Amino acid sequence: MAMFIRVDIEDDVVRKTPGLAKKLVEVCPVNIFKLGSAEGTAETVEENVDECTLCDLCMQASPEGVRVVKLYES
Amino acid sequence: MRFYESEAKKLLAKHGIAPVPGKLAINAADAERIASELGGAVVLKAQVISPAAFKAGAVRTAANASEAKQAADALLRLDDGGRRPQGILVEQRIAGACSIAFTYDGTRKRPVMAASTSAGSIERIADEHPDRVVRRHFSALLPFSDYLAKELVNALGWKGAESTALTPVVSRLAQLFLKYDLTQLEVTLGKLDDGKLAAVDCRADMEVEGRRRQKAVLEELGIRVDDSRAVREPTPFEVEAAKIDVEDPRGVAGPVVEFDGNIGLVIGAGGGSLTLTDAVRRHGGRPANYAALGGNPSVKKAARLTKLILSKPGVEKIAVMSNVVSNTRADLVARGVIKAVTELGFKPAEKIAIFRVPGAWEADAFKILEKYGVEYCDRTVSISEAAKRAVDKIGKIGR
Ligand code: SF4
Repeated sequence: MAMFIRVDIEDDVVRKTPGLAKKLVEVCPVNIFKLGSAEGTAETVEENVDECTLCDLCMQASPEGVRVVKLYES
Repeated sequence: MRFYESEAKKLLAKHGIAPVPGKLAINAADAERIASELGGAVVLKAQVISPAAFKAGAVRTAANASEAKQAADALLRLDDGGRRPQGILVEQRIAGACSIAFTYDGTRKRPVMAASTSAGSIERIADEHPDRVVRRHFSALLPFSDYLAKELVNALGWKGAESTALTPVVSRLAQLFLKYDLTQLEVTLGKLDDGKLAAVDCRADMEVEGRRRQKAVLEELGIRVDDSRAVREPTPFEVEAAKIDVEDPRGVAGPVVEFDGNIGLVIGAGGGSLTLTDAVRRHGGRPANYAALGGNPSVKKAARLTKLILSKPGVEKIAVMSNVVSNTRADLVARGVIKAVTELGFKPAEKIAIFRVPGAWEADAFKILEKYGVEYCDRTVSISEAAKRAVDKIGKIGR
């Protein structure tokens, strides 16, 4: 269970944007995303979430589809 | 990386500096045979590298072949940091006439050669009789000049034929010191019956980073790539730490060396590890380990190393400290150590004595540390002061 970071994925946004799920898997440098079981979706790899480098590449790929939250700021 | 004396002498012989007559024996019977061939008194030297083995008595003398057999039998039982001696060097007993040493002078940042007409370790001679040691610095970049060798020999007081014989030997030693990336070369020379100089004792250390460059000569000496020449075999703790480093390519976690103290050290950054370990000791602390964490390790890697250190019996708390980091993220290190402590069921505020990793992303690191109540400091607190704060929390030697 991640202690420091939470990555929220808006399923509806990702599913409706062609190629976005694949893009998220590609851009994340620490493998936090994987393709979901349903066509066009993405899921997080729980054991990698705390590795997040806060690079923002996922949010740049989809400002509406992904949100990275620093749990230590809440 | 230390050479066994028999290897170091092969290196000298390759450059025209003969060792005293002798051979490497692989067992006691062999030693007896070699001693009998040499005739007269012999010296037997166990081929060991650990300081403990030298202290235990790795050198013996024997008046004849049967004494040599007995001495070899005892020497072969020596514990060389978990290994057995790599044979016994059996040599004619010849008195040393002078000693010559080469190393780097850290203050002058140049190689230096020192010589004495006393036989033995130059360091010891310099401590006991500073007036008996002469020195000359030279360049690691320019070719070595025979003139410098001549100067050293003259300063030693050797004149005429003696000076003519010794000067080229000093010159060759300096050249091979530079050529083979040695960090230390110490040779005692003696005079054979025909008056020629020969190496009685020899000690040579090669810079570990030079191993790749020196592959050819290491192969020639039969030194395997996986022969680390550590002064002792790695402990299970150290083996596990090496696994953590190899299994995750992000960053560096190692070398890790085990000690018997109670302060676990998660430390690193540009020479910081050595400084920090020394600082902890200087303030009376007992480090449980030495570590070098850097190069931007993953959170998992920092966590695995922390867990390993905390699982070592006797470790009461850890101190997470480094020099100023530029390419290692302080926030990722903070995540790693706190994750490890929490997953082991401890409270970060109690188990982490201090966190001082100044540099990249330290603002985020501070937020994490504040959330978990861990004491931290930035670069305005010196390495020494941070080490002192950790020691004050954990306890000094004997407390
Ligand atoms: S911010 Fe970067 S590291 Fe974090 S999830 Fe997004 S892409 Fe991956």
